[in-house]
Amino acid sequence: MVRWILEPGLFSNGTVRTALLLGALVSVVSGVVGIFTVLRGQSFAGHALTDVATAGGSGAALASLSPLLGFIGGGVIGAGAMDAIGVQRVKDRDVATGVVLGAATGLSALFLYLITLQTSTTGSTQSILFGSIFTVGPSTLPDVALLSVVVLVGVMVIRRPLLMGSISPELAAARGVRLRMVGIAFMVMLAAAVGLSAIAIGSILSTALLIGPPASALKVVSRLSHAVVLASVLGVMATWLGIVFAYDSYYWFGSGRGLPVSFFVVADVLVEFVAVNLVARRRRLRVVEEPATTAMPEQVGWI
Amino acid sequence: MVGIDLLEVVDVDVALSGRMVLRDVNFRIDHGEFTGLIGSNGAGKTTLLRVLLGLQDVVRGRVLVHGEPMTRSNSSVGYVPQKVLFESDVPVRVRDFVALGIDGNRYGLARRSRHTYELVDEMLESVEAAAFANRRISSLSGGEQQRVLIAHALVSKPELLLLDEPLANLDPGSAQEIIQLLHSVVTNQHVAILLSAHEMNPLLPVMDRVVYVANGRVASGTTEEVVQPEVLSALYGHHVDVLRVHGRVLVVAGGDERGDSLVADHPAVVLE
Repeated sequence: MVRWILEPGLFSNGTVRTALLLGALVSVVSGVVGIFTVLRGQSFAGHALTDVATAGGSGAALASLSPLLGFIGGGVIGAGAMDAIGVQRVKDRDVATGVVLGAATGLSALFLYLITLQTSTTGSTQSILFGSIFTVGPSTLPDVALLSVVVLVGVMVIRRPLLMGSISPELAAARGVRLRMVGIAFMVMLAAAVGLSAIAIGSILSTALLIGPPASALKVVSRLSHAVVLASVLGVMATWLGIVFAYDSYYWFGSGRGLPVSFFVVADVLVEFVAVNLVARRRRLRVVEEPATTAMPEQVGWI
Repeated sequence: MVGIDLLEVVDVDVALSGRMVLRDVNFRIDHGEFTGLIGSNGAGKTTLLRVLLGLQDVVRGRVLVHGEPMTRSNSSVGYVPQKVLFESDVPVRVRDFVALGIDGNRYGLARRSRHTYELVDEMLESVEAAAFANRRISSLSGGEQQRVLIAHALVSKPELLLLDEPLANLDPGSAQEIIQLLHSVVTNQHVAILLSAHEMNPLLPVMDRVVYVANGRVASGTTEEVVQPEVLSALYGHHVDVLRVHGRVLVVAGGDERGDSLVADHPAVVLE
């Protein structure tokens, strides 16, 4: 059974080891940033940034630049554009997101078309849109690690004002939180997280890692620090299992052609989401039947 | 600070979207006073509270705290908003939410200290909310959430607490409990309170002063001074009657011709 799941050579394969490390980094960043994205109701903005990242990634490919630079550069410019158009009300934010999303998709279509003309293949298009973590070289790892640390530290620094603003903008403003500044800083981190995720599973599918594990975690825990840890663990599990399944799939049908790793990662995220929701539902039913106790141990934490 | 009021509002005019909504607002609040900010829905109570918080610019006038111009996020002033919609998936326990009242505006990597949680627990005890300290905040009832919001505002030890319609959406029993709780805050912690409400009767037993808002104007003083037919008629710009029945006050629109002769700038409107 174990041999069937873990095909021979899985962990001795350099490409797989790079993919596992890269997947873990990206999943942790997506989990941490994704918790706040879901709390702030910015899932749509997160999705739109994936389209902007597509434009950046395809533009970078066209100009023979680093895809990571393209994904993140595009995301940051898109985040800035959304903020410039309007962030004061939820409705304004949605409109701004929609406008930027439309423009970015059009730009992506142009860049991807030009790439197809340039290379006469659709390989780059496939890679940009749906990614393949197995194609990322080990030389990219230091950049991804550095960027991941920068984003994680950035989120940690603004976590309390960010949480206050997410719970009640009015209360946060009354406490002196600069909502606009915090919002822009978070959008930049969101853009970076989307860019990192796009490297692993492609720009179109990066929303899955950003939203799925955090949404699952928020269903079952009552502390922010626990939610962040659980979202990261769920993301890493989904990515690693996806890598294992994709590697194994080379041997499944005897064709020697594996299935896309991004498909497996997104499928794992979906399975986790359904499973966690079932657990949360059972727990709610049990709480209704048994009165909750309030005695809890004394705790000191990050939030 | 002898001789200087905790809060002083002087000749304030406020406009929203180019329309003047508050004119010539004057009142003051001293330490340990319970003041009711009374007015109907849409009278401008929330706007006035936003001015006091430094979140709304004024066209004219000054807001002074301890004799100094009010600045945004003044630590002397705590705030309880009208409504906070806690989404069911917000992963925040009651203790952590109250702790945000101390450090919610702070940036940095520092962990929360044990001392912070001691302050939080002390505050939760004082508002009788210790029993649900470890529960997720979204799981609380309206009355319980109101207690937690008050603890959140008080934990940073403000001298003045502003509350925007804290009794709205509460059943009469819970509303009475909140009023008694706030009265004990004034008495025991010597915190001044300015509480907005559209119904003054529940507050009559505990209110030291009233700031009455109507028709874009304000009258302030003790309840006996302000809740008079002449004063309120001047505020509203038409005649109103004030009826006192079994210790309750009813303000009703008058039906006789006297209202036609009243002017809105009655000298009794400002009773400081």
